[in-house]
Amino acid sequence: MKYLLSLAVRSAWNRKLTLGLTLISMALSVALLVGVERVRQDAQDSFEQSVSGTDLVVGARTSPVQLMLYAVFHIGDATNNIHWQTYKDIASNPAVAWTIPVSMGDSHHGFPVVGTTTDYFAHFHYGESAPLAFASGIPFAGLFDTVIGAEVADHLGYHLGDKITLSHGTGDIGLTEHADKPFLVTGILARTGTPIDRTVHVSLEAIEAIHLDWQSGAKIPGFSIPAEFASKFDLTPKEVTAILVGLKSRAGVFKMQRFVNEYHAEPLLAVLPGVALDQLWQVVGIAERALLAVSGMVVVVGLCGLIAVILASLNERRRELAILRSVGARPLDIFLLLSAEGLFVTLSGTLIGMVLLTAVTAIFAPLIQAHYGLIIAPKFISFDELGLLGIVMGISLLASLAPGYGAYKLSLSDGLTPRI
Amino acid sequence: MKTPVIQIKDLAFRYPKAGGICIDIQELNADAGDRLFIYGPSGSGKSTLLGLLGGVLSPERGTISLLGHELTKMTPPARDRLRADHIGFVFQQFNLIPYLSVTDNVLLSCRFSSRRRNRAIASGKSLLDEAARLLDHLDIAPELRHRPVTQLSVGQQQRVAAARALIGGPEIVIADEPTSALDAERQTAFLDLLSRECIAANATLLFVSHDRRLASGFNREISLPSLNLVQAEQEAA
Ligand SMILES: Nc1ncnc2c1ncn2[C@@H]1O[C@H](COP(=O)(O)OP(=O)(O)OP(=O)(O)O)[C@@H](O)[C@H]1O
Ligand SMILES: [Mg+2]
Repeated sequence: MKYLLSLAVRSAWNRKLTLGLTLISMALSVALLVGVERVRQDAQDSFEQSVSGTDLVVGARTSPVQLMLYAVFHIGDATNNIHWQTYKDIASNPAVAWTIPVSMGDSHHGFPVVGTTTDYFAHFHYGESAPLAFASGIPFAGLFDTVIGAEVADHLGYHLGDKITLSHGTGDIGLTEHADKPFLVTGILARTGTPIDRTVHVSLEAIEAIHLDWQSGAKIPGFSIPAEFASKFDLTPKEVTAILVGLKSRAGVFKMQRFVNEYHAEPLLAVLPGVALDQLWQVVGIAERALLAVSGMVVVVGLCGLIAVILASLNERRRELAILRSVGARPLDIFLLLSAEGLFVTLSGTLIGMVLLTAVTAIFAPLIQAHYGLIIAPKFISFDELGLLGIVMGISLLASLAPGYGAYKLSLSDGLTPRI
Repeated sequence: MKTPVIQIKDLAFRYPKAGGICIDIQELNADAGDRLFIYGPSGSGKSTLLGLLGGVLSPERGTISLLGHELTKMTPPARDRLRADHIGFVFQQFNLIPYLSVTDNVLLSCRFSSRRRNRAIASGKSLLDEAARLLDHLDIAPELRHRPVTQLSVGQQQRVAAARALIGGPEIVIADEPTSALDAERQTAFLDLLSRECIAANATLLFVSHDRRLASGFNREISLPSLNLVQAEQEAA
């Protein structure tokens, strides 16, 4: 048995060029498969942790997915806003520990502008409950101060002290500028890999201020309130778009959700962000699953190549098998000898693929994190990936039996005198 | 009376997918130390007979006994064991495994049979010594032993194959036209070497060939066509 193994290895070494090539294709396809799975997993994790530590997201009544889209991802517009009084009712509920009101509708070069309070920087968490950190600067304090996300700063080349103007509405072209009220960049957030990176944050009062001389979404003609007088007005917000709510105790989450959903003064919706993000991923995750399927097929193709190479060698090896039979090898030995080869190649191919992948991720992880904010955890293999590799190994085990069986049949029919 | 080394009775065989009976032999016996020369034209069933003796093919009828073990009553793995333990084979050509060294090719017989391994060790000091001794006897110079076997001449390859067949002292040595790829001079030289070693080991040698001129030096000479009833029928028809 041990000798058979050494025979298999030496025979494989004898054909190292062809087997080496199939080994490489095996290694590459495994690295691709696991790499795609890893990126997919990490993308899903970072997606589902776009917001963490928030117990409820509250908005005007709509679908949970749409609420998440605008409240957390700042995509699309809310159909309705929440009255300021409603916000105060929720914030003063005894079960509530903290709230982050957000007000949307303006943008800056396509990046969404969010009006909020400084509680945002204190309570907003993402990932495995990481707080927001400042790459430089401090939270907004003055009326026309702004804190921008990392992507906004990188993409537009902004630094602390720069002045920016906001546009009314969302989108990139054909928008009216709030040109008379420029904002001062006082803080730049560290990269998070979440929609925050693409967000411009200002105070709720600032949102009121820039719309003082506006009515029904248009500037009142011939009427303008200069920035320096804006603070003389009552800037208490009339509405907010959504509220992120943190509770004193997680146990009260369903009670609070019911309180919001049955709120008497206006129709509201409260969703648990984890559940809603999961639903949302079901929609946006399809592309990733397709990618995984494609790389799965690459593995199958690699495996087919391997089996084809081994089967093709079978004919050249008929004499060798007859010699082994003559010195006493059983047909079972012949079967094992040929199956071992396929197994050996897939096993070492898988191992090399994993080493390759680990090396590649180690090299490129900082780059990927810098450019896409996607944090790829440095690891050799995870439990889920082990399952995936288990499937690959299982299939290749079955596939490796094919040449073994072919050799078995050949050695039975050839006996001691191979016919070529 | 001692048991014959080879005993064939009323043997008939046909290839599963081919039509007619291919071998039909009433009786064939060989004792220890016998050297049989079996000749017959191509297609007369020589290789088939050797396959039956090796236990790789199963007869349709009749019995084959080797050293008192009746092949037809044994399971296929047991027949493989018997072949590994008691028979050494030399074939027409391409006898060697290309990716093994000369010595490893010789020792191949000892890898599948612990009996032959133990006997080889008992005869020499170690497996390597015994392989070297046999290779010496068969005129394979020491410097050839580490070369890839694919660089040996056909004659050298056949002698290495003979060393593999002889190592571990099997009771039966079967050679299937091992000299057909050699020139006349080397044919006789090879035959002499093989006979000499079989005599030294008191092994029964079964040598098949289509070339009757090689028969000198054997103590029995058998024509397969006259032994095989199938051929007789065909010729009669
Ligand atoms: N695997 C097989 N399946 C079917 N028929 C076979 C098979 N092998 C051999 N035969 C047939 O059996 C007969 C005997 O073949 P065998 O190989 O034993 O002849 P041989 O005497 O060894 O010939 P040669 O001197 O050419 O080696 C031939 O007619 C051959 O066609
Ligand atoms: Mg033949």
